[in-house]
Amino acid sequence: MQWISQTLAVTLLNLRTIPQRLSSSGVAIVGIAGVVVVLVSVLSIAAGFTAAMEGSGSPSRALVMRTGADSEMTSGLAGPDTDIIKQAPGLRRDGQTPMASSELYVIIDLPKRSTGTAANVPMRGVESTAFAVRDEVAIVEGRMFEFGTTEVIVGRGASGQFAGLTVGSVVQSGQSSWQVVGVFEADGGVAETEIWVDARVLQGVYRRGNSFQSVLARLESSEDFDRFRDFLTTNPQLNVQVRRESEYYAQQSQSLSRLIQGVGFGIAALMGIGAVFGAILTMYTAVSTRAREIATLRALGFNGGSVVVSVLAESLALGALGGILGGAGAYFGFNGYQTSTINFQTFSQVAFAFRVTPELLIMGLFYALLLGLLGGLFPAIRAARLPIPTALREL
Amino acid sequence: MKYLPLLWKNLWRKKIRTLFTIGSLFVAFLLFGVLMTIRTAFAFGVDIAGIDRLVLIHKVSLIMQLPVSYQAQLQSTPGVEVATHNTWFGGVYQDPSNFFAQIAVDPEPFMQIYPEYVLPPDQMKAWLDDRQGVVVGADLAKRFNWKVGDRVPIQATIWQPKTGGLTWEFNVAGIYDGEPGVDKTQFFFRYDYLDENRTGGQGLVGWYIVKIADASQAQAMGARFDEMFANSSAETKTTTEKGFVEGFANQVGDIGTIMIRIAAAVLFTMLLIAATTMAQAVRERTSEMAVLKTLGFTNPTILMWVLGESLLITVLGGGLGLLAAWVFVQQGDPTGGLLPIFVLPSSNVAAGAVLIVLMGLVAGALPALQAMQLKITDGLRRN
Repeated sequence: MQWISQTLAVTLLNLRTIPQRLSSSGVAIVGIAGVVVVLVSVLSIAAGFTAAMEGSGSPSRALVMRTGADSEMTSGLAGPDTDIIKQAPGLRRDGQTPMASSELYVIIDLPKRSTGTAANVPMRGVESTAFAVRDEVAIVEGRMFEFGTTEVIVGRGASGQFAGLTVGSVVQSGQSSWQVVGVFEADGGVAETEIWVDARVLQGVYRRGNSFQSVLARLESSEDFDRFRDFLTTNPQLNVQVRRESEYYAQQSQSLSRLIQGVGFGIAALMGIGAVFGAILTMYTAVSTRAREIATLRALGFNGGSVVVSVLAESLALGALGGILGGAGAYFGFNGYQTSTINFQTFSQVAFAFRVTPELLIMGLFYALLLGLLGGLFPAIRAARLPIPTALREL
Repeated sequence: MKYLPLLWKNLWRKKIRTLFTIGSLFVAFLLFGVLMTIRTAFAFGVDIAGIDRLVLIHKVSLIMQLPVSYQAQLQSTPGVEVATHNTWFGGVYQDPSNFFAQIAVDPEPFMQIYPEYVLPPDQMKAWLDDRQGVVVGADLAKRFNWKVGDRVPIQATIWQPKTGGLTWEFNVAGIYDGEPGVDKTQFFFRYDYLDENRTGGQGLVGWYIVKIADASQAQAMGARFDEMFANSSAETKTTTEKGFVEGFANQVGDIGTIMIRIAAAVLFTMLLIAATTMAQAVRERTSEMAVLKTLGFTNPTILMWVLGESLLITVLGGGLGLLAAWVFVQQGDPTGGLLPIFVLPSSNVAAGAVLIVLMGLVAGALPALQAMQLKITDGLRRN
């Protein structure tokens, strides 16, 4: 009991006197906060990108592409083949109409708003069933395009990131011009970076004849996937691969989010070492300026353990302060920041927002506490081992 | 200079403090070097992109193909030195995660346009003699342990071979090298091999590269090319190669700015640490300074000592950090091919050196001034 009350007394003394050592404590706090800001904000890029990509895919939708194609961009399916695909079992039907959309996926060069330089904006040719297949897509401004015309609708992300994609404007591309008549949302998924147009019109403009690139099909249920896939892949008339839409997008986001996470953790680990050095310096200073006090306490009968705990508690408190400051900085500085990057698999743009998630904030705080703990360890041991007579004599 | 031993002695009177300060500066400048390397990697070699080379792509987008017949028209235009075409292959070697660029080229004009790719003459000859020949970058060859004469199968994603299946076979005819900063992860094979053996797309190419005689005419030449092909079935858009690479880097996003901001945050934090250390070191020595002044050392000398000590710490820590970053970057791209251009430019090393000196001066400035202005009587009375 006595040990606990002793520890508590010294710990409170240490914590209460932090403001007196503001300049040196400040260095530790700012150092740790800096690490947390960088860690959390870099990882929030990966989190935002992954969320946009993975939010796009549903496990109860299947994407059919040509064998060997690594993305819709490189795939190609003849018109008659897409009709066969739409007869497969496991596909959901609305009356007699199969809920499947044969689609084209191309790129159109448009200037990025932020830089004014050309960006590869994805353009998707869809059939009228596209909305029934993707129930998350909804027009939020303007209206749906008319099939058979050169009207287009644009995703909310595309509208924000690229110039000239607002309702009422006309996009000139090569010899064709597209009238923007509506803006749509798709739960924050990659479709929001796309421009949608009638697939038949796009076939003409891109000289694709009667060919498509993919078929997106809505399944009866997620369990019907195997039946649907096996029917198509064993059909000798077809040369296709079938993937769950969710897996397709998850795989596309993998290499970029891994790269970002690798860079983020690498930088944070290195910065962490620097910050631990800063924290150690701070705590050594704290201990050495109070060497006489600590020695007095020990002479009075306070034991070494309570001194160790008190120094650790102080450095953990600095770590926590740094972690909270850093987390707040990352959240208010970056959460929701809209940007776009290139998806290397399809060479097309993906608009997304940085996401500072609660998990990232908690991780940042834990890292901050770890840095505080590491920073306090050696100074704490030193404080406890100070020989009382010399310490009392110290200035 | 004669005071150096004194500075050195002062530095180590508090060993742990000095070591940790040097350690945090080391980490700061190691990070600085790595961040600048990442920044360079995401500029995709814009520094070495030619301004006398123009890139012609389809006006609608890069994925649209152009007729191979444009080559003759471009080549015969006055002011054009060499015109050649490239075609993206986009195949997969063993596993999709083994990404690298495979490009179908016309060997002779291609090597003329890109003198930065260095290929031994006998390997060039071997390439011209073998339709299935391929020339690969030194980094790529190292990554997959390829040697001249090896047979490399690549799975098609876009162009399927007439023979059925998806596999295209290539023979490594040569391995090109180049200065640091040149992308040595590419795979160049012959367009005639592709065009004869693919199931569709005959007579089409991806984009053109044109080397012009006078770089100052780039704008005018570009406009002229686009005019030549206007109102045809495949209109073009011409930019300088530099502009093209910059545009691509912009598409990836502003990685450069993010890296510079992180570096600034790191350096600022470490500056704080160095500055507090110096302030403390001087505070502890107040009475000593007063004694030194009493002995007749002048104020400017004292100022120089403190500044010198601060500089010594930052140069030791920062210098070693920069050196470590350089050594790390020499090991090559740690991501296995995601960052083809992985170099620490010497201009950034120079900038780092300037920052080290600046940091030393800033961290030492305030304590040095205090030490200089210290009155002997006050200094002796303290404590």
